[in-house]
Amino acid sequence: MARAVSTRRKVFTTALAWGLGLAIFFPIFWTVLTSFKTEAEAIADPPLWVNFHWTLENYVTVQERSDYFRHFWNSVVISVGSTLVGLIIAVPAAWAMAFVPGKRTKDVLMWMLSTKMLPPVGVLVPLYLIFRNLGLLDTRTGLVIVLTLINLPIIIWMLYTYFKEIPVDILEAARMDGAGLRNEILYVLTPMAVPGIASTLLLNIILAWNEAFWTLNLTAAKAAPLTAFIASYSSPEGLFYAKLSAASTMAIAPILIMGWFSQKQLVRGLTFGAVK
Amino acid sequence: MATKHSRAAARLMISPAVLLLLAWMIIPLAMTLYFSFLSYNLMSPGMERWIGFTNYQYFLTDPAFFAALTNTILLVVGVLIVTVIGGTLFALLLDQPFFGQGIVRIMVIAPFFVMPTVSALVWKNMFMNPVNGLFAHLFKALGLQPFDFLAQAPLASIIGIVSWQWLPFATLILLTALQSLDQEQLEAAEMDGAPWLSRFIHIMLPHLARAITVVILIQTIFLLSIFAEILVTTNGGPGTASTNLTYLIYMQSLLQFDVGGGSAGGVVAIILANIVAIFLMRMIGKNLEA
Amino acid sequence: MGRITLDKVRKAFGPVEVIPPLDLTIEDGEFVVFVGPSGCGKSTLLRLIAGLEDVSGGEIRIDRVDATTLPPAKRGLAMVFQSYALYPHMSVRKNIAFPMKMAGVPKDEQDRRIEAAAKALNLTDYLDRRPGQLSGGQRQRVAIGRAIVREPSAFLFDEPLSNLDAALRVGMRLEISELHARLKTTMVYVTHDQVEAMTMADKIVVLRAGRIEQVGAPLELYQSPRNTFVAGFIGSPKMNLIEGPEAARHDAHTIGVRPEHIAVSTEGGQWQGRVGVSEHLGSDTFLHVHDTGLAEALTVRVGGEVALHQGDTVWLSPEADKIHRFDADGLRIG
Repeated sequence: MARAVSTRRKVFTTALAWGLGLAIFFPIFWTVLTSFKTEAEAIADPPLWVNFHWTLENYVTVQERSDYFRHFWNSVVISVGSTLVGLIIAVPAAWAMAFVPGKRTKDVLMWMLSTKMLPPVGVLVPLYLIFRNLGLLDTRTGLVIVLTLINLPIIIWMLYTYFKEIPVDILEAARMDGAGLRNEILYVLTPMAVPGIASTLLLNIILAWNEAFWTLNLTAAKAAPLTAFIASYSSPEGLFYAKLSAASTMAIAPILIMGWFSQKQLVRGLTFGAVK
Repeated sequence: MATKHSRAAARLMISPAVLLLLAWMIIPLAMTLYFSFLSYNLMSPGMERWIGFTNYQYFLTDPAFFAALTNTILLVVGVLIVTVIGGTLFALLLDQPFFGQGIVRIMVIAPFFVMPTVSALVWKNMFMNPVNGLFAHLFKALGLQPFDFLAQAPLASIIGIVSWQWLPFATLILLTALQSLDQEQLEAAEMDGAPWLSRFIHIMLPHLARAITVVILIQTIFLLSIFAEILVTTNGGPGTASTNLTYLIYMQSLLQFDVGGGSAGGVVAIILANIVAIFLMRMIGKNLEA
Repeated sequence: MGRITLDKVRKAFGPVEVIPPLDLTIEDGEFVVFVGPSGCGKSTLLRLIAGLEDVSGGEIRIDRVDATTLPPAKRGLAMVFQSYALYPHMSVRKNIAFPMKMAGVPKDEQDRRIEAAAKALNLTDYLDRRPGQLSGGQRQRVAIGRAIVREPSAFLFDEPLSNLDAALRVGMRLEISELHARLKTTMVYVTHDQVEAMTMADKIVVLRAGRIEQVGAPLELYQSPRNTFVAGFIGSPKMNLIEGPEAARHDAHTIGVRPEHIAVSTEGGQWQGRVGVSEHLGSDTFLHVHDTGLAEALTVRVGGEVALHQGDTVWLSPEADKIHRFDADGLRIG
């Protein structure tokens, strides 16, 4: 309901909200700002806000020294790849659970979720050994497999909650119209669920992009994505704030932009539909 | 809807997902369990032998385990307190009408999308560094002695960093829940003469209770496995001051190559996580029926 | 062709039997209406015929072929849903074309049939719109168009008019009747509205709790309802049912008189009562008469405008040959 709020109160709320919002956002803002400074300016005391020599040099250095693009490409392949593979497995499963619910559907859903609760460190050793024996350590394929399995429950759950909102009538109409199962899913369900599938895709790319346990533990150099790329800046020599900032900006920018578009779906995906 | 044809199809369609997850769960789990009873070090291959509960004995009586357990609990509880209280206040604030709601919302949500390694490094170097960090500059400007956050208060610093990452999550979920609150209920209470505080306590808080529970449970699951933040800031130190269970097991397994000991730790971590998981599953399961 | 035979068809959901074994034959070209209160199993019965639900027992034959286990797509039936169930992501043209695309009808034949259906249903100007841009009545027509182009052996309608407003409903009712007259294809129509049943059906099937209470032509049901349930369900306003001494006087447990078969007089008659609420419809007036000692209230139809007011004393006289008699089990006598 729209209701009248006194202007004074609104101004006060605005000031408070902006103040706190800027404070929360400040580390990101400062990182981006620092990435355009020289190393000396980056640690200047008092800090420099605008009166410094804006430069793109750090970005060039980071690319040359750490091969940003290779890591970036690894991140893209791993996050997009694992999400797509996950979707291909999840769409039929979510269809089955949303539209042909049986007595055990709920149990299956809960069980799938429970696999997500497994602390990764609990299976670190065997997975490391399995990967070593199969030659999957430090490969993008290996990480795609792991991240697909890690995010599969979330993908299925999200799709399930979206599919539940599609009226069964329409699928039945397709059946009456002579569509077999394949055509029903291909021509009716999937196009209708495009918004849901898109948000699921987006959220899972974000989660996979930021995943920092398996990506750090199962890669070395070849397949290392941006999470590992950044971790290599944890103990450098000399002045490196500006370069760290540039590298950080490059690591988070793509996903930050995607994330802003998927705020709404984020809630649903991360709470498994418990909060809408 | 449910005919024999569709049920048969459904079973077929769901089986790849079920089989994959089943394999993903059972195979490594069984291996962890098996290794935990072996004396098994990657540095001395071929020397594996069955030693019963010895690994558990060592792991559970290791002073590092207690330190790690305490740190894990402090880390989880600390972050939960900050994010739930902060998130509720933020949500209440952002639910008010003000200018530029969209932009503030975007700014508040942003930290959630920053990968853990980045946020840890940015905080460690650019803010908490005792020489060049912004906090050091600030302290000096105020005439105070710079404080070496990660050396003097490593766990509290990590709690701070992690809270910054998770505050947006709590805020976003609580805000969503708050917005789904029936406005007419609030208006009815207002008509009944209830002041803001009692409206908050009697209407908003019960409405938020479920969302808060969800936030607590989901964050707990993730917070129990905090890893990257510790790896790039303190490496668990000084000593074991900021080592949590996940990091301890990581050190044992991949730094000391003690597969047996690490696996025993893994089993312990799984048991602890399951205790939390059971509550979470109940919550979500209830919701599924509604 | 479209002869549908149900032979001892039953349906149970778990331990709950919603349709006990039931026999029914729907002749080719017939317009059959399943009517009954909500929860009577009429929609379930339709879905069994459609193949959207499995039967728990018995046999369904369509044109003498056993269709009991055929999937819906293979039964050659078309269905119009209560919610219309149009594909929201397809244009009207694609919606109508969908069943033909599934059946592999050649493109030019598809176009020909779409044009014909659109013309018949007044949809020609809307073919390139999305369902979301159409009114309720237009959506209903698209759903019908989608059913027609399949050239099915029978049409199934599941409460197709219940989402339309009253005025539109009357119009669509007429359109569906005309469609049936033109196509002469079997139609099975489910509704809870006895007016729809009376005006459209060749044959009405009255259902209660999964059981068939009576099957017959509309007037047959109106004139000789087999039991008190059918008597009360068919006809509007409802038949007055009277128990007690007055019924005993007619050698029955219950007697029924329709509101339109009672004469009203201010001077004298068989039953005395007091006028309660009167509903003026213009052409008719329905009087609710209280304190007759026969039932809570009797409803009486009076032609046109009447000068009776609340509290007036009136006398009612039923037409003797229009009194329905029922026994203690509610079954019709004679």
